[in-house]
Amino acid sequence: MIAPGFSDPVFQSQAAFRALLTALSEPGTLQQVAGEVPPPEGLTAATATALLTLADYETPVWLPEALRSGPAGAWLRFHCGATVVDKPAEAAFAVIDGMADEPKLSAFNLGTDQFPDRSTTVIVQIAGLEGGPALTLAGPGIPGSRNIAPLGLRPGFTDELRENGALYPLGVDVLLAHGEGLIGLPRSTQVEEAR
Amino acid sequence: MTVHQMPADNTKPAYNYAYLDEQTKRMIRRALLKAVAVPGYQVPFGSREMPLARGWGTGGIQITAALIGPADTLKVIDQGADDTTNAVSIRKFFERTADARTSEATEEATIIQTRHRIPEAPLKSGQVMVYQVPMPEPLRKLEPREAETRKMHAWAEYGLMQVKLYESIARFGEVTTTYDYPVMVNGRYVMSPSPIPKFDNPKMHMSPALQLFGAGREKRIYALPPYTSVKSLDFEDHPFRIQSWTQPCGLCGAGDSYLDEVVIDDQGGRMFVCSDSHYCETRRAEGHRGTMLGDAAASGLVEETTP
Amino acid sequence: MYVAVKGGEAAILATHDLVAEARRGDPAVPEISVAQIREQQALACARVMNEGSLYDQDLAALALKQSQGDVIEAAFLMRAYRTTLPRFGSSEPLDTAAMAIRRRVSATYKDLPGGQVLGPTYDYTHRLFDFALMDEGGEAAPRKAPAPLDATMPRVPDILGAEGLMEAEEPPEGDPRPFDLTRDPVSFPADRDVRLQSMARGDEGFLLGLGYSVQRGFGGSHPFVGEVRVGEVAVEFVPEELGFAVDLGEVTLTECQMVNQFQGSKDVPPQFTRGYGLVFGHSERKAMSMSLVDRALKSRDFGEATNYPAQQDEFVLYHADNVEAAGFVEHLKLPHYVDFQGELELIRRIRREREERLAREQDTMPEAAE
Repeated sequence: MIAPGFSDPVFQSQAAFRALLTALSEPGTLQQVAGEVPPPEGLTAATATALLTLADYETPVWLPEALRSGPAGAWLRFHCGATVVDKPAEAAFAVIDGMADEPKLSAFNLGTDQFPDRSTTVIVQIAGLEGGPALTLAGPGIPGSRNIAPLGLRPGFTDELRENGALYPLGVDVLLAHGEGLIGLPRSTQVEEAR
Repeated sequence: MTVHQMPADNTKPAYNYAYLDEQTKRMIRRALLKAVAVPGYQVPFGSREMPLARGWGTGGIQITAALIGPADTLKVIDQGADDTTNAVSIRKFFERTADARTSEATEEATIIQTRHRIPEAPLKSGQVMVYQVPMPEPLRKLEPREAETRKMHAWAEYGLMQVKLYESIARFGEVTTTYDYPVMVNGRYVMSPSPIPKFDNPKMHMSPALQLFGAGREKRIYALPPYTSVKSLDFEDHPFRIQSWTQPCGLCGAGDSYLDEVVIDDQGGRMFVCSDSHYCETRRAEGHRGTMLGDAAASGLVEETTP
Repeated sequence: MYVAVKGGEAAILATHDLVAEARRGDPAVPEISVAQIREQQALACARVMNEGSLYDQDLAALALKQSQGDVIEAAFLMRAYRTTLPRFGSSEPLDTAAMAIRRRVSATYKDLPGGQVLGPTYDYTHRLFDFALMDEGGEAAPRKAPAPLDATMPRVPDILGAEGLMEAEEPPEGDPRPFDLTRDPVSFPADRDVRLQSMARGDEGFLLGLGYSVQRGFGGSHPFVGEVRVGEVAVEFVPEELGFAVDLGEVTLTECQMVNQFQGSKDVPPQFTRGYGLVFGHSERKAMSMSLVDRALKSRDFGEATNYPAQQDEFVLYHADNVEAAGFVEHLKLPHYVDFQGELELIRRIRREREERLAREQDTMPEAAE
């Protein structure tokens, strides 16, 4: 039994897209997607809504092994028509678990110097968008600096984000997801552990 | 051999909300997300053939169609004015296809689609500017081949642009580019601000609004997230400067707005009026009066109404 | 109080009425029907189908009627409609060797299997007005039934290919689905599927000019018309649920294959090279122009110099589309007075500053002379 997708694709995806657009154009702000989609096992509502909004037959998606062969993989193929790929570097979108050791952000498609837009957008599912160690963000979309405190990121993830930012204009774009909430961390954002 | 509805059928073929099909919107939305992640970089996208002519705003229309929803209020301007024919035509398009709520008031709009101007009233957080762009490549006049300009952006090789600007200084004593004046975005990409007058360039810098740029014919989308550094290219000894006029707006007396020149007779008579029609009307409603308001009524620009 | 005079919307609506009036012309003259255009202006319909990228003779005729015979405007109508159509999939490759031939000529052989079939052509008409056409009611003289033609006729490049003399053309590895330039942005260098697609919908006049430039030396191609053929070809489609091909009907096509000067290397013996053109309807000039430019665009693949416009894919592909080109050329009539005001402000100031400088120099000059 595959979980349902959008009941009103035109307007639900429009609203979700605006939340995603704000998330990535104002990094660090907490954006909510309307929790109208009961997500399949292994995906949060925010992840499921983002994928329904953005993924289709033109966008290969990478999922962790456990999700790929489970209901989430079937749900994604059915509703989005997306190809689920084995190799992180082939993915337009990827969903990873914030605490899993692999794959590293650098394993995904980082884009090319002539086409940096071809990089993967990585959705990182974490334990909470608040309550974790504080990170200070700066860059486009941020007047001055902005603090976030995501909970449940693997050790060294801040370094991965920093290394990803150092590749600018190449690099992946990250969305932290929990429940119905999303925080965007595009490659243009500089991330430091707050002091 | 198309499979189409013959006129005998009573069922009118229906267009999707905001004209574009959902797959096309997804493709544009993905391009927009990459565009905001790399400010100033031109993302290629699968620009569709639209029912309006190429070069007449099809890039901006596609972006607006991918953005707009029932919660939005749309303002469309051309040359700063809401009542120019192409602005009217595009506004009508969204009223018809997306049942869009529209407004001429800058502060009420959530989406402002524009050709050639940024409104005078400061933009706010949460507003989205959608620019219609004819030639997205700022280096195109220097190098016509896309394969070459793409490499120049990849390697941030912008020496040619500096040379071109400097040649103009050597010849005329200043940079003679008055519109579509190139900018450096976030210290990385040289970007075309679209053919806005350079008067408007400073409004882009650190704007609280999200700014999106669509070039339909050239199939490119690019973006400036809010609070992004946008610097007009210049030289230390020849700093960037904007246009100024020796007289204020003849209708509302504004001294801080971009002015259009209206020829009022064949004897060299001129009147200068705000290009931003809503700004000018707002000021007049507040009681500001320019010195030529009466002449303007005579030449048919405005009408006197009895209160 | 004064309010701005706003006439934009009313003016636009008025233009629609004026267009309708101009389109109809003198109401004393009977209105032309779509069927009349389809049947009696078929070559114009073919051009609209080509440049509109949509095979539909009725819609092409309607587009011509609606646009008062403006071919580019008609193609635009077709394109704007086409973009909204659902896509069911791609047809099977067409087999032009099995074309029901109406016309087929080869310049490379005196005779060949299937023979030379002149068919309907203006080639040998004397361009003298037929004033009898001023009057209506003329019927074409009944024609003697011709001898039946062969069901299949080998294509000239295939005849050469059997001898190993023609450049082989294989689909790319894995035979991928062709690029669709109406859905995806083109990047350069562009592959052949993209180039052919762009030219098939490209402006006939633009391709004619480019093809001509190649002949005159701006591209250095020395082509022979291997063959031009016109006729009907069956279109087959394999629905996912059936798994076998079903016949969707037939389309009229014109195919041109040019045989060009040979290429070879240490490893490959010399071979002729091919220029290919395939278009909707009876459109020989377009198909021939396309095949000339197709060969010119192969220059890079063959390691030849690419000094001339017809050899440069970016130049050809970016400028062949007349709907895009017309849109951008004609957008110049939109208001540009904001930008023009910027130019006026600048030129007046530069002139004023110059006069001031000259005046200052005048003032100091006499003393210097003394």
